[in-house]
Amino acid sequence: MIFGIDVASMLLGGVAAGMALFIVSVGLSVTMGLMGFVNLAHGGFAMLGGYVIVQAMQHWGIGFVPALACGFVATAAVSVVFERLLYAQLYKAGELDQVLFTIGLVFIMIASVTLLIGPENQPLALPPMLQGQINLGITHYRTYSVVLIGIGIGIVVGLWLGFERTRMGAQIRAAVDNRRMAESLGINIDRLFTVTFALGSGIAALGGGLGAEFLGLDPQYALKYLVYFLIVVAVGGLGRVTGVFYAALLIGVLDFVLKKYLPQGGTLFIYALTILLLLWRPQGLFGGKAT
Amino acid sequence: MTKRIIAVAAALALTTSWAHAQEVKVGVNLPYTGIGAEFAQLVDRGMELYLKLNADKVKPYKITLIKRDVKDPGGANAKIAVQELLTQDNVDILAGWIYSPNAIASAPIVTAGKKLAVIMNAGTAHITNMSPYYVRTSFSMWHAGYALGEASSRLLQAKTAVVGYTDFPPGKDSLAAFKRSFEATGGKVIDEIPMGGAGAVPDFTPFFQRAKDKKPDVFFVFVPAGDHAAAVVKTYAALGMREAGIKLIGPGDITQDTKLQAMGAAAVGLITMHHYHADLDNPENKRFVEAWKKEYGATATPDFMAVGGYDGMAAIVHVVQTLKGKIETEAALEALKGWKFASPRGPIMIDPVTRDIVMNEYLSEAVMKDGRVFQKVIGTIDAVKDACKEQQIGPCAPK
Repeated sequence: MIFGIDVASMLLGGVAAGMALFIVSVGLSVTMGLMGFVNLAHGGFAMLGGYVIVQAMQHWGIGFVPALACGFVATAAVSVVFERLLYAQLYKAGELDQVLFTIGLVFIMIASVTLLIGPENQPLALPPMLQGQINLGITHYRTYSVVLIGIGIGIVVGLWLGFERTRMGAQIRAAVDNRRMAESLGINIDRLFTVTFALGSGIAALGGGLGAEFLGLDPQYALKYLVYFLIVVAVGGLGRVTGVFYAALLIGVLDFVLKKYLPQGGTLFIYALTILLLLWRPQGLFGGKAT
Repeated sequence: MTKRIIAVAAALALTTSWAHAQEVKVGVNLPYTGIGAEFAQLVDRGMELYLKLNADKVKPYKITLIKRDVKDPGGANAKIAVQELLTQDNVDILAGWIYSPNAIASAPIVTAGKKLAVIMNAGTAHITNMSPYYVRTSFSMWHAGYALGEASSRLLQAKTAVVGYTDFPPGKDSLAAFKRSFEATGGKVIDEIPMGGAGAVPDFTPFFQRAKDKKPDVFFVFVPAGDHAAAVVKTYAALGMREAGIKLIGPGDITQDTKLQAMGAAAVGLITMHHYHADLDNPENKRFVEAWKKEYGATATPDFMAVGGYDGMAAIVHVVQTLKGKIETEAALEALKGWKFASPRGPIMIDPVTRDIVMNEYLSEAVMKDGRVFQKVIGTIDAVKDACKEQQIGPCAPK
């Protein structure tokens, strides 16, 4: 019984952390798979979204859910402007140029947020019903973790349906698999990408707000967790929603268990495991064949 | 008549040469950008506020602050900044140091540069042994850690403790300090959990889950002040550790004034040992907090970092006055040894032997009062010295 509770609390904690990772990273995976564009500024959009959400709650006094909607819309809108004005110039450029551009963009985002709002961490005030503990039958656990797991499942189901059952989803899948062929079949990749980019950034914004309870929210956010986002995408495979989902859960749970039982190892194990995994399967654990 | 003219001319010449010698250049190194930016702002404001409130005490001399950004806790940038302050700006006095690794990395440069160096925050105990020119107006990790170990077994009647600490020099220091006095007074530390580095706030859930499973009487947490603390308090509340009968205790970093109100009700019941918080009841502190709010806004509050900067500047002004504006390093050190000051944190003194601070430690409990979190002092220990150097433990023993 004690053992069971232990395992349950570990799984819940790890899965909740994984969900936060998933919600932020999924957009990165899809846009990277679609255009082969290495968007290191993706975490920056998560951060911007998180700021919109927290600021909206603090200054306009609106609730958590409407604030999340605000964050989604505002970030998606901003990302479209960025995509059309800046990113679009670099689609044909080399990877190094793309990396330099996006990392530069991260620094600009960090500096702008520091200037406008300040360097300090932004406290996210959860509604009272999401605070405290919930009785799950076998054990009590942090209410918010359980809620976050639910939201994560909702998002993955929604995205999966969107990918598998809609015309646009089919277009995205086609473009990820073979971009040239998709283009020659008349799919407007540019427009497709703009929409996907906006959607991915919007979901990342949700992740920034939803994950703030665990990951915090400050101007450095965009860089601090970049490695984790990239690990999730690398392990999950490019352009695969379900792959990113499993990868995020795997990383979340492994990280949690290792931190709990071997805190002396720090983050060493998770990096070592990632290296081994990518040596074994360079295309990611859940990715298709490398093209 | 001629005599008078000569006298006036001589007096004029004297004043001009005086005016030249009157400017004292203080080289400040703080992380003005990056993750330490908010700490730098607090120390910087503390220094500036002292100068502003005590303009008459500075006269007839002029103190010029030359500020350098050290960006991060890595050490390398701080070393470069200190070197530039010494060689390019020719400063008379050095000041600053938020992070211990930066003070550790700068020590050889400070020693070679032979200038008085006032540490305004960095708290790893043995730093003051690393250069004979270091004087500390902030604290050592042992001040609070050691005092809290004893208070935990004597006052809180704790028998077992789990220690969670951020894995960098002050964290290890704090663990060592707490463990030594807690176990000397009959307690037992049953688990020690390193909780990631200082660079980023981790998700504390796995570490706290581990601590909760061990069921200690008290859970001693050292994390750097700032964002870590808010996450600690949040996780403690969310995991139901309070309901499980585990008291969260630690140095005042977990109840830093600038973060406390945002923590809200989750902070109630936290027990800390520290040398300063904005709710301390003494006339100097009342004046200090009032001036702070007037200067920086009604919602702004000073905290222990601000006081480190404020008292550090008081020390520098004392040196400037004692040496009449002509800063010679050995004389400056002499002037500070045994220097006493009525600080907002209570009476302080610079220990003539160790060049570290001697001050009161306050055991406080966070309670709700008038709709805000208030730190209620439940015990005071007078004139606490850095126990690490006093007992000559490990690197604290004189070389």
